[in-house]
Amino acid sequence: MAKLPKPEELGKVDYIPPMTPWMETPVEFKPGTFCNAAKEKSLAGLDMPNARKWSVKDDDWQLPENWQEIIMEGLRDRLDKYRSLRLFMDICVRCGACADKCHFFIGTGDPKNMPVLRAELLRSVYRNDFTTAGKIFGKFAGARKLTIDVLKEWWYYFFQCTECRRCSVFCPYGIDTAEITIIGRELLNLLGLNIDWIMGPASACYNKGNHLGLEPHTFKSSIEFFLDDLKDITGINIEPSFNRKGAEILFVTPSGDVFADPGTYTCMGYLMLFHELGLDYTWSTYASEGGNFGFFTSFEAAKKLNYKIYAEAKRLGVKYIIGGECGHMWRLLNQYMDTWNGPADFLEVPVSPITGTRFENTKSTKMVHIAEFTADLIRHGKLNLDPSRNDHLNVTFHDSCNTSRGMGILEEPRYIINKVCKNFYEMPENTIREKTFCCGSGSGLNASENMEMRMKAGLPRANAVKYVRDQHNVNMLANICAIDRAALTALMTYWVPDVTVAGVHELLGNALVMKGEKKRITDLRGEPLPGVEED
Amino acid sequence: MGALLSFVGVSILILFAVIGAKANMYTLLGVIIPYAAVAIFIVGVVIRVVRWGRTPVPFRIPTTCGQQKSLPWIKQNKIENPTSTAGVIARMFFEIFLFRSLFRNVKTELRDGPKLDYASAKWLWFVGLVFHWSFLVIVVRHMRFFLEKVPFLIQLAENLDGFLQIGVPGLYMTDVAIIGAVTFLYVRRVVIPQIHYISLPADYFPLVLILGICGSGVLMRYFTKVHIVGVKAFTMGLVSFSPKIPEGIGTIFWVHIFLISVLLAYFPFSKLVHMAGIFMSPTRNMMNNSRMVRHVNPWDYPVKMRTYAEYEDAFRDKMKAAGLPLEKDEEPVEQSEEKE
Amino acid sequence: MYGKGKILFGLAVFLGLVTFPFYSNLGKVGAVPEPSLNTPVINAMRDKECVESEEFMEAEHMQLLDDWRNMLVREGKKKYVNSKGKEFDISLQNTCLNCHSNKEQFCDRCHNYLAVKPYCWDCHFGPKETNWTKETDV
Repeated sequence: MAKLPKPEELGKVDYIPPMTPWMETPVEFKPGTFCNAAKEKSLAGLDMPNARKWSVKDDDWQLPENWQEIIMEGLRDRLDKYRSLRLFMDICVRCGACADKCHFFIGTGDPKNMPVLRAELLRSVYRNDFTTAGKIFGKFAGARKLTIDVLKEWWYYFFQCTECRRCSVFCPYGIDTAEITIIGRELLNLLGLNIDWIMGPASACYNKGNHLGLEPHTFKSSIEFFLDDLKDITGINIEPSFNRKGAEILFVTPSGDVFADPGTYTCMGYLMLFHELGLDYTWSTYASEGGNFGFFTSFEAAKKLNYKIYAEAKRLGVKYIIGGECGHMWRLLNQYMDTWNGPADFLEVPVSPITGTRFENTKSTKMVHIAEFTADLIRHGKLNLDPSRNDHLNVTFHDSCNTSRGMGILEEPRYIINKVCKNFYEMPENTIREKTFCCGSGSGLNASENMEMRMKAGLPRANAVKYVRDQHNVNMLANICAIDRAALTALMTYWVPDVTVAGVHELLGNALVMKGEKKRITDLRGEPLPGVEED
Repeated sequence: MGALLSFVGVSILILFAVIGAKANMYTLLGVIIPYAAVAIFIVGVVIRVVRWGRTPVPFRIPTTCGQQKSLPWIKQNKIENPTSTAGVIARMFFEIFLFRSLFRNVKTELRDGPKLDYASAKWLWFVGLVFHWSFLVIVVRHMRFFLEKVPFLIQLAENLDGFLQIGVPGLYMTDVAIIGAVTFLYVRRVVIPQIHYISLPADYFPLVLILGICGSGVLMRYFTKVHIVGVKAFTMGLVSFSPKIPEGIGTIFWVHIFLISVLLAYFPFSKLVHMAGIFMSPTRNMMNNSRMVRHVNPWDYPVKMRTYAEYEDAFRDKMKAAGLPLEKDEEPVEQSEEKE
Repeated sequence: MYGKGKILFGLAVFLGLVTFPFYSNLGKVGAVPEPSLNTPVINAMRDKECVESEEFMEAEHMQLLDDWRNMLVREGKKKYVNSKGKEFDISLQNTCLNCHSNKEQFCDRCHNYLAVKPYCWDCHFGPKETNWTKETDV
């Protein structure tokens, strides 16, 4: 693995574009900036085309002979299927408002990371083969032929965009680079050109139920493992159920919460909350993944992985579904799931069994975000909370890209945070809510071999955290996303070492006063609560 | 390259018109080209819009820029995250008439530390707005050449535009504004390294072309003067389909007309179609209500799914050993096809 | 087409606007106006000459009038010497309108045709309306 440069070095960014025009500047595969090629078995695991052994560093990417034809047919097909694509190919005026809105551009200075130019990579080929002006005026109209260098450039830059949609907020026409990247990746996947950090989890999710490839018994035992910890911390026996028919609610969360710190503490928060409420709910080992790395591959793969959630809800006969804290998972649940795999007419409109609140905003998908569910509980005074248990934390909140720009769940998590801890500080206005900065590792780019690129891309987010750390001694970065919990932890370690990362429901778990609990002397991480003595 | 090239291109166009006028090719300059240009413009834009329209919107993908509608006590941002037609109309109104999204623009600067600063950067928004509105007012003003009786609203636009009453003929503010704005938009493309890097000839050309149109118009009105009654006789002839070429209008007028024709004909094949496209942008003109109302994808097709039955078949023994409930509590018929 | 109603509505508005000059003029285009020089004073003139040449007057009359106003009001000059050295009183009413006493057939014809509203008449009376009780706006 490439050696990660020091923050001082990485913090120096050269924004001067190269002397050569971008069409004549070939891509340079510098170690640390790109992800490993998708493995043969990962591609085969999801029946992707052209499953073979290949390597990014090789000159020959082992493409089928007619690869240009495949791409052109694929592009033509998608131009006829997605108005977004056709429109965004046609109407960009290259005003440049998006340029310095992209965290990849801010962190690298590479002009091809300006959203406008990232789209031009595809647009130039579109012009060449699909527009009159491009056919007549060629290069003067910004057209170019699809060559192997262009294809490699696509691969490099479409896997150097986290589909965060920040540029789309600033674009006067709402041009969404996420759409370009998603479709660009679809085209690449027609040739089996994925990265393994995406293809591996997507394949595992399809075959085993979750990204991490936890088989049913392992998934169950992973969760049971937390129960021992929770028993130690709270003195309470929690007994969740799995694959239970007849439960009222199915709970689905990203598998990262079950497996990797600090997501595991968030998961403990869910377990505590549901136990305290006496909620009639079940986990599923089959639909044990809320996240969807298929979405970073193709819409079809995403639909395949997403299928399990409704299928399992139907099989188990639950009334509705609650979804855990996750970013892209919620963009899909909000904007895609019902279209792909609905209508969910076998479910009922979610009604909180505790408060009686009917979640009218989910009357078609029948899937509630846990932050909505919890905020409603707190609002109705149904939870006994002791925010002083989070007094050792000065908290700030990172809005995840997908939940802010593909959904708009902004106030619910803030409401919860403000009720479960006393010290909450917002990051600067240009870096939160709809203008939030990506963790730098979203859309399946949270591998380890591209760590340098991740740290560069995460610079704007880290910098805003650093600002509130310096101003308010912030030491806890809260969020509602599993990729954030993993990615921001690495990012903080690198740029702002004294800040840790937590899901909102971990903070809730800390503050939640449970019936019959013993005196808490540690938080969920087992760290002693300051000022609390053991009896 | 494009910056210079577009000047050369527009100069050639001007030269063509001048030579044409000197050679008395008025039927070409005054009849054939203008009619063809208008036809290309109208048909071209319609075809473009219809082509977009025939392309489905498979998913509901608004960019949400505010609080969603969820619990009744949480205030929804009804415009930036709309769930009603009225909200969408308001959002589109702000977008189209006031360039709402561009108004958000900030400038990001990296200082030593590293430390990122975000400074307000409203210039592009402001100049863009000035440019587009001036253009609209100028087009509306020109209706006096195309209507026998000029309606009150058009006269009003003209009176407001000239209300400073500077000089004679009265100076129009939009004339100054649009030339200033186009110059700014051109200069920023040349001067800002990133913008220069992304700019294509197709980005400079329309700016220079519009500058040529405005310049020739301004020359005619304020400086060289043309036979203005003849101009209107000509334009009225065009719109009443009985074209006539009055004597001695002046060469500069033919340059003006020719450049406008080029702009009209160029329009549907260029980025200028953003004028129509903005109305159809799915990230802006859709409601964020996909959890309330199912959005249907017209080309949805079934895909191969991994069913629960297949999953249980693959893991039955392990599930049984872990005490997980099973649908079929029996030995698997065939070996699982699980992959490691 | 998807979203047919809205798209067709939009296209209809677009077509309605861009073709407005064409359909609103159908069968309504009148003759091109010609300013009339038929007044008693002009008819009586031997050399039918204006203050300056006809070409100059046609293109620059507004400029000349503006200059006159400034010369008279701001600089106190009462006489204008033209390019041929001939002297004229600086006066709209007594010089210009003396010959062109037919404002409606002379001034207004072209001005109305081109929807030009000169602000001469904000202060000055037209030739036939030298009557204190009458509204002066034309």
